[in-house]
Amino acid sequence: MSKNIKSNRKPVLELRNVNKSFGPIDVLHDISLKVHKGEVLCLLGDNGAGKSTLIKTLCGVHKPTSGTILMDGEEVNFPNPRSAADKGISTVHQFGGTFPLMSIGRSFFVGVEPTKNFGPIKIFDRKKANEIAVKAVQDFGITRIDDGDRLIGGLSGGERQSLAIARAVHFGARVLILDEPTAALGVKQASHVLRIVNEAKKRGLAVIFITHQVMHAMAVGDHFAVLIRGGIAADFKKGERSREEITDLMAGGETMADLEAEIQASIDE
Amino acid sequence: MRNLSIGSLLIRPEAGAFLGMVFVFVFFAVFGGSTFTSFSGAASWLNVAANLGIIAIPIGFLMIAGELDLSIGAMVPAASMSMGIISGYYGLPILVGVGLTMLFAATFGWINGIIVVRTEVPSLIVTMGTLFSIAGLTLFLSIFLTDTTAVALNAPAWAKAVFGDFYFGSYQIIILWWLGMTAIYVYFLHFSPWGNWLYAMGGDKVSARNAGIPTNKLTIGMFMLSSLSAAFVGICQTILFNSAQVSSGMSFIFNTIISVVIGGVILTGGFGSVIGIFFGTITFAMVNQGIYFTDFDRNLSSLIVGIMLLIAVLMNNTFRQMALTHTSPKKKK
Ligand SMILES: Nc1ncnc2c1ncn2[C@@H]1O[C@H](COP(=O)(O)OP(=O)(O)OP(=O)(O)O)[C@@H](O)[C@H]1O
Ligand SMILES: [Mg+2]
Repeated sequence: MSKNIKSNRKPVLELRNVNKSFGPIDVLHDISLKVHKGEVLCLLGDNGAGKSTLIKTLCGVHKPTSGTILMDGEEVNFPNPRSAADKGISTVHQFGGTFPLMSIGRSFFVGVEPTKNFGPIKIFDRKKANEIAVKAVQDFGITRIDDGDRLIGGLSGGERQSLAIARAVHFGARVLILDEPTAALGVKQASHVLRIVNEAKKRGLAVIFITHQVMHAMAVGDHFAVLIRGGIAADFKKGERSREEITDLMAGGETMADLEAEIQASIDE
Repeated sequence: MRNLSIGSLLIRPEAGAFLGMVFVFVFFAVFGGSTFTSFSGAASWLNVAANLGIIAIPIGFLMIAGELDLSIGAMVPAASMSMGIISGYYGLPILVGVGLTMLFAATFGWINGIIVVRTEVPSLIVTMGTLFSIAGLTLFLSIFLTDTTAVALNAPAWAKAVFGDFYFGSYQIIILWWLGMTAIYVYFLHFSPWGNWLYAMGGDKVSARNAGIPTNKLTIGMFMLSSLSAAFVGICQTILFNSAQVSSGMSFIFNTIISVVIGGVILTGGFGSVIGIFFGTITFAMVNQGIYFTDFDRNLSSLIVGIMLLIAVLMNNTFRQMALTHTSPKKKK
């Protein structure tokens, strides 16, 4: 049922005519987008197209210069990342997201620490934090992690990325936003992330997925939006465009026949 | 349940600091003779440690959060003079002096914090600016108001008992304040949820902010705390010695940073512990004072501090590497 999204259902998250500029620099122009429950929206576009800026306005890091954000059909304002998180939107940003010298348990709960209360005195519940964090990571297939006291810096890049994603999934009750989660990952780890995206989708989350890899986009996307220089250049459903067309759009609309052939060659290997 | 294997103890940030402290203690116990470890001998380094430690822990917090505060070097004498002028020169009640001085300190700390979060100029530079500003202001106001650079203050007995007096012969009351504050800071950093925020900020400020942590408020709060702590030490010294001088507190800058680094805090932020800083401060104070108990040339004191600092940094690096690769041994069940 998640495959056939009825367009008349209320989207979990919707942008209406959103503009964003940093001083004189206009980054986003008149963006209108919707993402539904149990749907993966792939946000595509060249470097600097404004993808990260777009999702940052969705999760309270930036405020839109104009336009509205709606959640379940009602207008919302996110003055800071906290307020978006409280509404069930969780984000794995393109860079960072974990804290190398913190333990897995502590890092997992940054900003939402579980506590044991003794009257007015709050004590960080290390045991609970470790248990939940380790379980969340193991649920996503990283069974090698079994000690919540381990420091993040000792994990591999893929494990760290998985931890960041597991964290987002754990706290993201409604919307999961992943900004190039597969960028630094190997083939196996990347397919792992794709599986995570599919699992989140099955759980009924709305997912916004940013990637530069056509293969990854086509593997999980139900719905695609292409940004070119800050504007929506194309917005289509799965199966409505060929891979060649998508690749051209992702490259900013230029013909990519040569590069496409190269990509094809590497995919076919 | 804490795992108390040797490995898991060694990866704690205070491990190196503790070993360093034991080594330095043994060193001076051997070369300094019995006076170093005697009841009155110990007072000499514990007094130094207490005055330093009250400032060192908030500086450590700032360093864990990835910031630095040099302005405490001017805050100590500024608070001292403020106290001397208000309650000594003008003869206002001690509590008025303490209250106003703390208010000044909070304001300067707030200014440090605001400049750092608004401009994003490194706090090293910002607080270097405020360091000189506060020092200049202190000198100017002292001359302007009192025509001198030193004022006397005769505190009533209760104030001396609370803020500045010797007990058991040579133990300053500030040692008790230091121990109490250390206990509160241990709770704050290691047991309260806010400690987690500080580590996260030092690890990656942008990610911490994205995770919903009020990084700006926390930064400003930390600068206010370091300023207030420096002022507290200034106030206690004025009451203890019955006088205040414009003279410099610049040595506090280096001494606190050295104590914090010996204590296992990493300069780039995100790692460290209160107990480590506590041990680091005692270690520094023992080296600083211990030389007087030995037959060594006093001029060697700085050399020893320097070498210790280097050893501490190298040890910290090693321990951090161990921490990064450490997993607790598999539980057998
Ligand atoms: N805080 C900011 N201030 C000024 N300009 C910004 C800011 N953030 C982003 N920009 C500009 O907005 C444009 C879009 O940036 P954005 O990071 O959204 O691109 P992107 O689509 O995520 O690119 P990439 O694929 O490389 O991640 C860039 O030209 C960038 O320079
Ligand atoms: Mg980006």
